[in-house]
Formats: sequence, C-alpha cells, structure tokens
Amino acid sequence: MRTNKEYIADFHNPDMPDIPYSTLNLGPTHPATHGIFQNVLKMDGERIVDAEQTVGYIHRAFEKIAERRPLYQITPLTDRLNYCSAPINNTGWHLAVEKLLGIQVPKRVDYMRVMIMELARISDHLICNSILGVDTGALTGFTYVYQYREKIYEIYEEICGARLTTNMGRIGGFERDFSPKVFELTKKFLVEFPKIWREFESLLSRNRIFMDRTIDTGPISVERALNYGFTGPNLRATGIDYDIRTADPYCSYEEFKFDIPVGTTGDTYDRFVVRNEEIWQSLSLVEQAIRKIEACEPGIYHADEDHYYLPPKKEVYRNMEALIYHFKIIMGEIEVPAGEVYRAVEGANGELGFYLVSDGGRSPYRLHFRRPCFIYYQAFPEMIRGQLLSDAIVVMSSLNVIAGELDA
Amino acid sequence: MALSHEEILAHIQAGCGDTAVVIPDSYGVVCVEVPTQQLFRLVNHLFKDQHFKFNILTDLCGVHYPEQKGKELGVVYHIQSMIHRAMIRIKVFAPIENPEIPSLTGIYAMANWMERETYDFFGIKFAGHPNLKRILNMDEMIDFPLRREFPLEDPFRQDKADYQFGR
Amino acid sequence: MSSQIKMTETPPGIEGQGFFATSLDHVVGLARKNSIWPLPFATSCCGIEFMATMASHYDLGRFGAERLSFTPRQADLLMVMGTIAKKMGPVLRHVYEQMAEPRWVIAVGACASSGGIFDTYSVLQGIDRVIPVDVYVPGCPPRPEQIIDGILRIQDLIGNESVRRRNSEEYKKLMEEYMIK
Repeated sequence: MRTNKEYIADFHNPDMPDIPYSTLNLGPTHPATHGIFQNVLKMDGERIVDAEQTVGYIHRAFEKIAERRPLYQITPLTDRLNYCSAPINNTGWHLAVEKLLGIQVPKRVDYMRVMIMELARISDHLICNSILGVDTGALTGFTYVYQYREKIYEIYEEICGARLTTNMGRIGGFERDFSPKVFELTKKFLVEFPKIWREFESLLSRNRIFMDRTIDTGPISVERALNYGFTGPNLRATGIDYDIRTADPYCSYEEFKFDIPVGTTGDTYDRFVVRNEEIWQSLSLVEQAIRKIEACEPGIYHADEDHYYLPPKKEVYRNMEALIYHFKIIMGEIEVPAGEVYRAVEGANGELGFYLVSDGGRSPYRLHFRRPCFIYYQAFPEMIRGQLLSDAIVVMSSLNVIAGELDA
Repeated sequence: MALSHEEILAHIQAGCGDTAVVIPDSYGVVCVEVPTQQLFRLVNHLFKDQHFKFNILTDLCGVHYPEQKGKELGVVYHIQSMIHRAMIRIKVFAPIENPEIPSLTGIYAMANWMERETYDFFGIKFAGHPNLKRILNMDEMIDFPLRREFPLEDPFRQDKADYQFGR
Repeated sequence: MSSQIKMTETPPGIEGQGFFATSLDHVVGLARKNSIWPLPFATSCCGIEFMATMASHYDLGRFGAERLSFTPRQADLLMVMGTIAKKMGPVLRHVYEQMAEPRWVIAVGACASSGGIFDTYSVLQGIDRVIPVDVYVPGCPPRPEQIIDGILRIQDLIGNESVRRRNSEEYKKLMEEYMIK
C-alpha cells in the first residue's frame, strides 16, 4: 500500500500522466461535517487532490451589531461565538473592557473566573474528543461522556441560570456570588468525572483502530502552522508550547500550577492527545481554583466600581445614588475612555482576541473578534491534500471548527 | 527578556526607512502608522529578522473613519513576537475612493482569509491577493456592510415596520 | 419490566370479537406520529442543545424519533436549529423541496423562528420567510425539555392530520404562497 507521502510526491511530480479528477461536494449540510461548511473536493478516486472552501453560511454580523450596543450588551453576542465554551468568551470580553476602563478586579473574582473558564474548557474538549470518536466509529464514548457535560451545565445553571449561552459575569466581576451548591456540584464533578474520562481515554488512546485512523492523518508542520496563525491545542499539537495563559497571563493564571501539553507531529492523534491532557490539567486547575476561592475572604464577587458595575437591586430601590448609577449604566451614559485595546484569552480552540476601539461613546467604535477557527480553518485544504475522504472528516472534527465562531 | 519601546521603534524605523509615525497608546502597545507603500517592506523586515522575531501575524482588521479626509479606510495589523512576548500595532490608511493596500498573503498564509474578510466588510482592495472575493456575505452583495453609513438592520424587510417601534 | 412500558392510546373506534374498526386517518396518524424520522438541520448553538436532546440524558429516542435521517429524501420532519443566514436560505429551501410529502417543519430557537437577537442585514428573519413552519420552539437556545415539547406538539399535529390534507386546496395554496412546487 502506498503511503500518503508517496502519493503527495506523485501528485507534485510533473511527469505523472494527468488523471481525470472527479468533483465532490461536501456540505454545507453534510451530516459528517458538524457545522455549516462547504468543501468542493477535487478527487482522484478516494484521494483528495484539492479542496475549495466556502464559509459564511451563518454569518450574523456580530461586529456590526457590536457597534450599536452598549458594552454590557455585547456579552450575549460573545456567547454565540464558540458556543461550546461560552464562559471563556464572556470572560475574554469582560477582560478586554476592564483593560479599556482600567478596572482592577479582586483576586477572588479572578479565581472564580479561572474556575468557570476551566470547566468550560473541559466541556469543549470533551465534545471535540468524543465527536472525534464518533467520526472514527465509536459512538458509545460520546453518549457516555456527554452525561458529564450535563453535569457541567448544572454547575453553569447554578451560577447564572443558563445552560449553553451563559452570559455569565459582568464587567468588573460577577452578578452574584457562587452559591455553596456550586462548589458542592463542582467537587462532586471533580470526583466523578476523572473515572469516566479515564475510561473514555483508555477506550480510544491506545486503540489499534483509532490509532490507525488518526496517526499521520492531517499533519501540519510547525512552520506552516505558525504561518497559518494556528493557536491553542492545534498549535501545541505541532510542538510549540504557546499558551496565552502563560505567555500573557490574565485572571492570575501565573499563580496556578499547570503543565502545557505539546505534541510532535501535529496530526490528528496528537491533537486528540493534547486535548485529552488539557482536560486533566483543567481538572487540576479547577481544584486549585476552588482551594484559592475558599482561602479568600468570602462575599467578594465584583470590583468596587460604582461607575461600571450595576448596583444591587435592593440598593436601586432605596438609594438615590444607586438609582442614578443604575440608570447611567443601563442607558450607556457612563464615561468610557477613548483608546484601543487588544486583549486575548486562551479559548478552547485558540487565541480568542478582542480588538476594541473606543471613541468614548456608549458603544465600541469598532470591535473585531480574532476568531481562532476562522484563521486556522484556512489550512484545511493543505492538511487533507493527498488524504482519503474519510480521513478528511476526521481531520475536520479534530480541528474543532465551530461554525458560529468561524462566521461570526 | 523584555524589549523596550525604544528598541522596538528603532527596529520598525529600520524596516520602513524612518517613515513610521508613532501613535501614542496608553495601554503599552507600540503603535505606528506607516505609509501604504512601506507596509510590505516593513512586515517583511519584521518577519525575516532573527533577533526580534516579530513573525506572528495575530490579527488583521479594517476600520472606517469617515471624517478623516483622504484616510478614511484603515487596516490594523497586530504583529506579535512569541519569543519576546511583545506586540506591535501597525496601521495603514487609504482614501475611500481608491482603497488599495498591499496584500500580506506573500508572507503570511493566514492573511488570505483575513484580507478577504476585510474586503468583504470594508471594500479595501488588497493588491496582490490571489483570490480577493467576498467570504462571509453573499457574492451578489454590492455594499460593504461594516462601513459606518451602512445600516445594521436589513433595509428591504417588510415586517417590523417603524411605527410599531415608535420610530 | 413490562409494567414500565407505556402503550400508546387506542384511537376511538368500534371494537368487537376479533375486529377493531376505526378510520384510516387515525391508524395512519398513529403510525406516523410514533415513528418520526427527523432531519436535523443544525447550524449553530441550538444544534448543541439538540445533541444534548439526542444524548443519553434526555434521549429523544423515547418518543419514537430516534432514527435521524440525514438525507432529506427519507425524512418526515425537518428540524431547523440555529441561525439561518440569507446565504443559507436557498440551501434550506432546497433541502425542504427534496423532502417527500408528508413533511413537517419545526423551527427550534429564536433565530430560526424570528431571527432572534440577530436583527441584521445578513440573517434571515425567521425561516418562515422561505418555508412553511408547523411548530416554533422559543428560547435562545431552548432547553432540551423545550425541544422535546416541540416534538410532542409535532406529534399532536401528525396524529390528528387527515390523510388527504396534502391534497387539499388550502394546502396547495400555502405551497403556492411559498412558490414551492
């Protein structure tokens, strides 16, 4: 059997006779693509020669909406970027605004944010890895671990009342303190989930079929990955230990102890293994965050910034000043400094950046989301060139391309 | 090893023949405006340099300032050095009548879609781009939706009449 | 074990020794409603909640709609979940046109129902602009319970639909309004 490398060499060899290629349309509503992407593939039998991508099928004009909304109303938009891990997006947006406004948040808020962000990372990688299992033929793992995503949803619900699009937190902190039930549920999750995940891991990570399907499929070299602007687990799978949590720490990540897993070849298996290890690291981070929250003085859950943080409802009804602030914040009359900030957070699939240009008005003058999916999905044709069609599906699901984030 | 602003600025000026204009930024990012003609040269210089290693294009986006005459449309580049953990913000501006800015696709593969997106939103033409066409919106669209004058809501819709909202 | 299995209700009819007479509508409705083959047209956030609905915790299979049909030719129920942009509109319509009669449509989530929070130039303000919709499920995104409730409402519709409805003048007129052949 010829290897992929031999096939690619033949493809680039000008002496090879021209083969009549066939065209295959994959998408935009193909069941295997987990989202709305169209790929027009040029095929030589079962091998992919080239792919042409079309995106934009759920373009919702986030950046335009953001120009017409006050700062706090943009949080619900960020939920819908990478909807598998909404709290990371929420926090990223809040961090960008806090950087613009110069708000210092208390340590306890930082730890609370770390806790929810890492839970969100677990839930995102959990979906990605289990879907990768589905695409290689192991549906059971997905239905099994998905129950534990429900457990994470329960924690979210206890914090903010929503399951998926969380709209969690406020500029300057949280809308309310975490109830004791949150910690109870999280601790229970930390006890129960590792066992389940260990089982899932052992189902796939040394599985002959899974390894044959994923090793050497969709590899990308370090240079190409950097040139394509890869970030997050996909970049780390190629062997670069770049993680914004350590490169440009936010939310007191520098106080936490965690490892950054890296791969070597940047193929599908490496991406799977990196995500898998990140789940273990995230579990440890959640545990550390809980310990740190418990060591803090209880009851602090927002920055003491009257101008930007909504006063409690009780105060609004009784206190004149609180009413004024409430009115000002809701009507977007607060003073925002003019300036430009770029703040990135380590999203579940890469560097999620917010470039915010403010002219001092109630809404951003320009807001650009650096969406990791949009950037690295460009490399897809290069990664699947010379591969089999069935492998292309696996590569796509291992890249964790989220349509909502791709098209914004 | 942290780089000082002066070092980075000298590095930038070396790359574009002292044409960069420093824009003060209160958030600690080195921010410069360069003439359109110098952009490719500067980015290439930054990309190739082995000492500073500003070789990662983090972000690329357009921005529209209708009141800046002759410099209405701009593109903002964020270029990053992973080794030194520093970031440069480079801005170029072009007039709205003929917004033409050199493409960076020759240096960065990732600039391809980012530039197509910017073209789609602002109508900025990237000279030298291999496949400059709309990416997110429909091909039939004629306007450039993220320009300031373009309305957010669909102007052709029949429901949600203005009187229902007191407008 | 057998006590836990819930049988569906017998339609009204005349029962006697060795026979049971009821209308054809009832029998067909009963059969159709308890074996819906949905086509998930999941575009965004609501699609993830649909995954939750299909997964083990909520398990849509309990309502006879377990068999997902990814080809429109074999599907009875088109479940549109998530934002439909204008670019996607023709694709959605194309999928709907390929479905065989009888076909039902459920719009899951605010975006599919009305455009939701995305009142913008690029988003279709509700899928009922391009295809007729039977049931709307509110929520952004709706909880799995809500999606299941939407399926139950669809089941009510299917169970009570007359066999000849799709040949009626009224139905033809509706299709003409949407210019669907």
